[in-house]
Amino acid sequence: MAKVKPRVKVPKKASVNEVVTIKTLISHPMESGQRKDKKTGETIPRKIINKFAASFNGEPVFMADIEPSVSANPYIEFQMRIPESGAVRFEWTDDDGSVYDMEKKITVA
Amino acid sequence: MTVTRREALGLAVGGAAALTTLRFTAPAFAAGNAVEDAIIEFTGGAKPGSGDIAIGAPEIAENGNTVPIEVSAPGAASIMLLAAGNPSPGVATFHFSALSGAQEAKTRIRLAKTQDIVAIAKMPDGSAIMTKRSVKVTIGGCGG
Repeated sequence: MAKVKPRVKVPKKASVNEVVTIKTLISHPMESGQRKDKKTGETIPRKIINKFAASFNGEPVFMADIEPSVSANPYIEFQMRIPESGAVRFEWTDDDGSVYDMEKKITVA
Repeated sequence: MTVTRREALGLAVGGAAALTTLRFTAPAFAAGNAVEDAIIEFTGGAKPGSGDIAIGAPEIAENGNTVPIEVSAPGAASIMLLAAGNPSPGVATFHFSALSGAQEAKTRIRLAKTQDIVAIAKMPDGSAIMTKRSVKVTIGGCGG
């Protein structure tokens, strides 16, 4: 399987209570469980990212329950208010139970 | 009453046509129920009305594998997206919090065919609002 690589775009600096746009992308095949293997005719088992969560200094910010209808390499963009300096933590949960995570720091000037 | 040969044939053809229509609409009804079930499960039984909720989507998507979708509903606690024409209608549910700058999200989704996208927003007071938008798909994005 291709290596799962999360990518996140977060501004490094923000002013107090500024609303920033956060863009996230994770490379993942998002196998829907509907496709069939062309050679064997067997259904390829479902394997998707089923949950995405973003938190800021431990406080939940944004969560998404994801279903097979989301494209491969799921891209999620959302808005967030920055109350203070801290770290945004991103977590993606796979069907097989593994969790891919990433953390980005934001400094409030 | 006597039935002429011509009438008998007409009846047979009509009956066959009715049967075919039934066969074609049955799966559509099933999908409709799945969408309704998903809405009821999400809202907890509340009937969604109309309100301040918007879906941003291209009118024509050339590639059903990645269709950019944008949804916003100011003040919502969570928003659920459904694609009525997909093998399973659920697409994604977004949950917002006090730290959310705006109750909106963007993502990219798969669409099997030309269909309606449904967005339902759940408000903090338990009420729900929904909207629909149709997207034409040139090449489907599911199965293959």
